[in-house]
Amino acid sequence: MKQILKNRLLIFIGLFAIYGIIQILLSTSILNDYYEINIVLMGINIILAVSLNLINGFTGQFSLGHAGFMSIGAYTSAIITYKLGLPFPLAILVGGIAAGIAGILIGIPSLRLKGDYLAITTLGFGEIIRVIFLNTEYVGGASGLSGIPKYTNWTWVFWMAVITIVLIRNFINSSYGRCCVAIREDETAAESMGINTTFYKTLAFTIGAFFAGIGGALYAHNFYIIQPETFNFMKSFDILTMVVLGGLGSITGSILSAIFLTFVYAVLQDYAALRMVIYSLLLIVVMLFRPEGLMGTKEFSLKKLFKKGEKSNEFTLN
Amino acid sequence: MSLLSIKDLSIDFGGIRALIDVNIELEKGSLTGLIGPNGAGKSTVFNIITGIYKPTSGKVIFDGKSISQKPYNNTKLGIARTFQNIRLFKNLTVLDNVKIAQHIHVQYGLFSSFLQYKKYLDGEKSQNIEAMNLLKIFNLDKHAYNLAKNLPYGEQRRLEIARALATKPKLLLLDEPAAGMNPQETKELTDTIRFIRDKFDITILLIEHDMSLVMDLCEDIYVMNYGKIIAHGTPDEIKRNPEVIAAYLGEEDIDEKEILSIEGGA
Repeated sequence: MKQILKNRLLIFIGLFAIYGIIQILLSTSILNDYYEINIVLMGINIILAVSLNLINGFTGQFSLGHAGFMSIGAYTSAIITYKLGLPFPLAILVGGIAAGIAGILIGIPSLRLKGDYLAITTLGFGEIIRVIFLNTEYVGGASGLSGIPKYTNWTWVFWMAVITIVLIRNFINSSYGRCCVAIREDETAAESMGINTTFYKTLAFTIGAFFAGIGGALYAHNFYIIQPETFNFMKSFDILTMVVLGGLGSITGSILSAIFLTFVYAVLQDYAALRMVIYSLLLIVVMLFRPEGLMGTKEFSLKKLFKKGEKSNEFTLN
Repeated sequence: MSLLSIKDLSIDFGGIRALIDVNIELEKGSLTGLIGPNGAGKSTVFNIITGIYKPTSGKVIFDGKSISQKPYNNTKLGIARTFQNIRLFKNLTVLDNVKIAQHIHVQYGLFSSFLQYKKYLDGEKSQNIEAMNLLKIFNLDKHAYNLAKNLPYGEQRRLEIARALATKPKLLLLDEPAAGMNPQETKELTDTIRFIRDKFDITILLIEHDMSLVMDLCEDIYVMNYGKIIAHGTPDEIKRNPEVIAAYLGEEDIDEKEILSIEGGA
């Protein structure tokens, strides 16, 4: 118990240090606006990748509709701040909840399907959501919503990303999260261990969608404008790429690859023509040499860092 | 009082009758064997008891209640099973395999697992202790942090039994627990099964091809062939039953007799 509290304190101090250093660099303009945009984008991508990893990596349900949930969060939160003039924190929360509810509604019928069929269905649902926004005049139709106040900054993104990571990690390390992993490993066996597989699949889907909605809300308040086109299936693939590259079933992997890919994407901005070529080549190389992703299913943990010799359990308590 | 009673159970797969009027009664605390040649329908019986298949007719009463059509509900009622082809959570540790099976007895809620309250920490701690104790019984505690797929075959079989027991069942269904084991491992398994029946005070129904294990272990034996129960009795009765011998050693004799009787009749 004491050890756990000590570790938690250590982690918190570490996080606060990271936050503080970047915040100082940003406020003293050592890192200019260009950096801030990309750092914020990294944070948003971390939220999206970690939440998709819960669905695809941990629960093993191949979803391709993450951009759809993100767009629900983005639009809902934008309506709340921009149209209704309500505060930003409320917008983030409601954005997440709206996406979560969509997750339940889409999850219940589609999670009866498996593998490729589920992937196609979620892809379809993602597109349906996009088309609905495209044809809703209230949110600007194809030209989208513009003039959304810019509330998203380093502080918001950092702490929302931390909350996302901590909550999803805690979930996975709980008995409920283990049920989800069991479903990935062997659905029949999971069911005969007393696990209601439909319920846990939907639960994972809902939690994933909730955090995707939060990511969307942060996204909407970062770029002044949101359009349905932003949330097409390419966006879903981008998030999926981060998850697969980092390792299906590793939160650490998702975080690292979200940072890495956002970085690469930003660096290559100067070489517009070559950008996608280099980006794709990079992915191919990584996948050739690390087909299980950068981290596989391994996680970073303080315990392992301090006791290198000891074989550590993937799911032990911190 | 019987714990499980199967009454007139039949199931059709397409046009094929896989089970025909199967009746089985299991007394509380008994150790019963279900034997028969390949394709006799033994595993189908298991799949119906656990709710994976829905019978065409007949019913299964467990502990005074009709079984559910959802396997996970039947686990909650107190039925646990192992699989003919081992179905462990291969990429997870041995300990996690057991802890997953403990889920139906989880002591903390979803909310406290998100925030890792004291309730969560206590719950995890007692789960860990319980799981380790169970692994100790099966001599698997030294492998607790190894991945299940890295265990030798015999230990994987033992882990599957340990995992089934972690659900705290009243009835344990073992589907060919000794398959692929050498005589020494089979001997150990026999002791283990007897030990868990006494220690956990449960009822066991097992499917097995290894006759020495069945005859040695079971007090009561049902024999199936072509979807029917062809014999029921103690090991000694079963050994001497001509129909059972015929089912196992071929039906040449009976066929000849039948042919003779047909010829005689004509």
